[in-house]
Amino acid sequence: MKHLATALGLAVTLPLAAVAECASVSAGGLTVTGAWSRATIGNERPAVFYVEIRNEGETADRLTGIDTPVAAMTMLHRTVVEEGVASMPHAEAVEIPACETVGLAPGSHHGMLMGLTAPLTEGESFPVTLQFERAGAVEIDTRVLSIRAQEAQCDAG
Amino acid sequence: MRRRLILGGAGALGAFGFMMGLGAWRSGDLRRITGDAGALDRIDLARMDWELTDDRGDRVSPRDWLGRASMVCFGFTWCPDVCPTTLMDISGWLEDLGPEAERIHVSLITVDPERDSPATLSEYLSNFDPRIRGLTGTPAEVAQAAGAFGARYERIPREDGDYTMDHTSGVHVFRPSGALSSIIDFHEDRKFAVPKITRAIE
Ligand SMILES: [Cu+2]
Repeated sequence: MKHLATALGLAVTLPLAAVAECASVSAGGLTVTGAWSRATIGNERPAVFYVEIRNEGETADRLTGIDTPVAAMTMLHRTVVEEGVASMPHAEAVEIPACETVGLAPGSHHGMLMGLTAPLTEGESFPVTLQFERAGAVEIDTRVLSIRAQEAQCDAG
Repeated sequence: MRRRLILGGAGALGAFGFMMGLGAWRSGDLRRITGDAGALDRIDLARMDWELTDDRGDRVSPRDWLGRASMVCFGFTWCPDVCPTTLMDISGWLEDLGPEAERIHVSLITVDPERDSPATLSEYLSNFDPRIRGLTGTPAEVAQAAGAFGARYERIPREDGDYTMDHTSGVHVFRPSGALSSIIDFHEDRKFAVPKITRAIE
């Protein structure tokens, strides 16, 4: 079971005990924390990836892509509303200016996870590797929250 | 103007809905019009002519909503970012309204009728406030309804053969008479959104 789950890229975790501490990973001046996604109905619909990136360094960096074993295809998107119409064009990269915190968050930049290998189930988690221009690859454990979730449900570390 | 607006069946009805939508759109951005009563008047449930099927399988027409205030938004259940956000915003507003929320109809009209059947809408909406009804129909029926609201949508193909939809993201708020009262922008702050709804109810 453990092996199957690992093969699917899904780390089986215990049910969430309300609010816990977020996984937090640092690389150079960057700290990546509060990674979450929403549960999906089946695996035909695309899923999202949200996270917070803190740059405490003196140099700007850029998030150029994400990768995860749970999706066949991933993309960085940015939700924009123009003349009342919402669209989510592909974002080549997300700028992470020095001394700033940038969030992939609902209604803004987000990761799109397409071609899911399995439905995302609330309470589970899965790894996502963020690719930064300077800091390189950073892997973070991403928690699957309810389809109703609007933000990470943890104390941002 | 965008490249491809969905015309549904592209039949006379679809084209009519499209022209209506375009007309309302060209007349200006409703959200920014305060003095132009003409443009607001054009979006009136009492003067609309469309019929859709809700997530319980019942046929619905705009006349069914008259006598109570209504809120209408557009979206689709394959929508990963904007639609869950809008539905949660609406759920939050309904909570804030308390018992007043019983005096308003809330509907999501899908812009993706090919994938969103009544059963699909029902399954998806079961995750949100139970007072939110989902409406779908044939592509031509959806085009006609969207046109009546001045709503726009467009199918955006993706590299992998799948597609997503761009769509009008504001929530239309109507008075019991059917007249458009206001449009709540995507992700508008609760402290502005809730009074807009209260004003439509009273
Ligand atoms: Cu997206």
